[in-house]
Amino acid sequence: MSKKILISDPTLRDGNHAVRHQISQEHFAAYCAAADAAGVPIVEVGHGNGLGASSMLVGECALSDETILSTAREHLTRAKMAIHAIPGFCTIQRHVSMAMDLGVDVFRIASHCTEADITQRHIEYVRKHGKEVYGVLMMSHMASPETLADEARKMEAYGAEGLIIMDSAGAYLPAEVTRRIDALVNALNIPVGFHAHNNLGMGIANSVAAVEAGATMIDGSARGFGAGAGNAQLEVLVAVFQQMGFETGIDLYKMLDAADLAEKTMVKAMPYISSTSIVSGMSGVFSGFIKQVTSIGAEHGVDPRDIFFELGRRNAVAGQESLILEVALALKASQSRAEVNHA
Amino acid sequence: MAKRKTRVAILGTGNIGTDLLIKAMRSDALEFALFVGRNLRSDGMQKASQLGAPISDRGIDAIVQQADDIDIVFDCTSAAAHLEHWPVLQKLGKTVIDMTPAKVGQLCVPAINTEQIIEGRAQNINMITCGGQASVPIANAIAAVQSDIEYIEVASSIASRSAGPGTRANLDEYIETTEEALIKFSGARRAKAILILNPARPPIDMQTTIYAKINNPDLPAIRASVDEMMQRLTQYVPGCQLILPPVIEGGKVMTTIKVLGNGDYLPRYAGNLDIINCAAIGIAERIARQRAE
Repeated sequence: MSKKILISDPTLRDGNHAVRHQISQEHFAAYCAAADAAGVPIVEVGHGNGLGASSMLVGECALSDETILSTAREHLTRAKMAIHAIPGFCTIQRHVSMAMDLGVDVFRIASHCTEADITQRHIEYVRKHGKEVYGVLMMSHMASPETLADEARKMEAYGAEGLIIMDSAGAYLPAEVTRRIDALVNALNIPVGFHAHNNLGMGIANSVAAVEAGATMIDGSARGFGAGAGNAQLEVLVAVFQQMGFETGIDLYKMLDAADLAEKTMVKAMPYISSTSIVSGMSGVFSGFIKQVTSIGAEHGVDPRDIFFELGRRNAVAGQESLILEVALALKASQSRAEVNHA
Repeated sequence: MAKRKTRVAILGTGNIGTDLLIKAMRSDALEFALFVGRNLRSDGMQKASQLGAPISDRGIDAIVQQADDIDIVFDCTSAAAHLEHWPVLQKLGKTVIDMTPAKVGQLCVPAINTEQIIEGRAQNINMITCGGQASVPIANAIAAVQSDIEYIEVASSIASRSAGPGTRANLDEYIETTEEALIKFSGARRAKAILILNPARPPIDMQTTIYAKINNPDLPAIRASVDEMMQRLTQYVPGCQLILPPVIEGGKVMTTIKVLGNGDYLPRYAGNLDIINCAAIGIAERIARQRAE
């Protein structure tokens, strides 16, 4: 019997990071229809940071959550519609219940890797209303396998039906993925998943390592469309899993067509491993910071690589975009002090 | 009126309650009556015993029993628990300073509306949230010189270690209450609050960034108004500093403040405890003065 892998496709959520949350309604509709036709089981949509996250801090979304969800709903017939939701950005009353009313099937409730307890009420709420709910631990490279397992067990206890760890900074090498997935598979009675970023070129390799260690849920985006250097490229994953004899239920040709469509329409710049992305991966800083680090660095004449390493030293986590300007100005001040000293 | 000091009790022995205990015991204007929780072995209870504070593990019942010895009750539990405590305390006629985001009472920011609260003799005073105590004064200062604010957004990040179970269970109420206070005190048409718990070690200092969407912002006027507000804020929260004075970034006004605590219960990074607790002590002392008059 071949092993089944459940694919979740965040092209229309993580990809929004790559275009400053400007994916258009037309492109939401077209890609949903294409992914649906290819048999992608779960299609995740929304602002890059999920429900209720459109903000000056992270970036304002071209579309409201309501518009995104109702558009996607219309074009997903077989696929389940999923959202990403981080407590602290969104509330149950205003966002989660609205998403439920608009037909979201799968709720991925996320927290920073050591803060699982902030997801309790949201996970319990979704479970109580009979919808599918997964726990997501972001920036998982910042916690040891043991700590991750403890946090994951909390989410399982709240009612999560699966647990996904994210390599938000694209910082893992395969052996580290293996250790963490192994710890989670041993600690939990629910399926374990992995969400890759490609900063160090490990998106596919890390996803394969995760599956070999026992993960059964994998995230991948068309053309890798996602924050920073992008995610694991979905059509490559589908091909690789087929070669490995794993079942995804996705039609390879139609998936390739969907990826071509994504490239032609909304993937304005193909994700690639830019010099800044490499530094983001090495410094372990969230890939979603790249756009702001690059523009603030250019505006203030500070090397974005220095900004990333400094953010890494300060252990910046997602949601702390406001630190970027502060760090840039501090670096600029120390540069000009250095120049004065050299003069 | 009797010359005796105003007697205060604290309900809830988490991070907020324990830090507040230390500050209340230090206050010359207040007499500390009772520290109430549910578990005598909690860190907060142990700290209270060391300090020689009267303690009880009998929850709200302990307050009811000793009602005659208490004038003001600080509720440091959770929004849901406050909804149960309030009717009991209201019936007892106690002044309640609510440290939870239950927003039952009058929203209070000492730098803005102390006198109104005192003159109105509010019985339930809500201290909003830590992020609210840091950001609402700034939003109010911007509004003082810009009449038409389209949107205000505040993002606070606090050290994970400083956020106890009550704070963690109340993230939604934190957001709703902070947003309501931002709109009330700035007149902005829309508001958004974001809270980030940062697990970095060593722990990060509390920081709050305020963004405002304003047509043709008058930056010099905003800077002057914010500076003036910072002077009022630092009178009761000395560790509060403007680390990024207002700038226009990508078409929006943005400013960041950092709050260092006094290091009473948790180390100085936990400015989120101080900004709300200093505000609450300030109001309690002002009520005490009113009672003595």
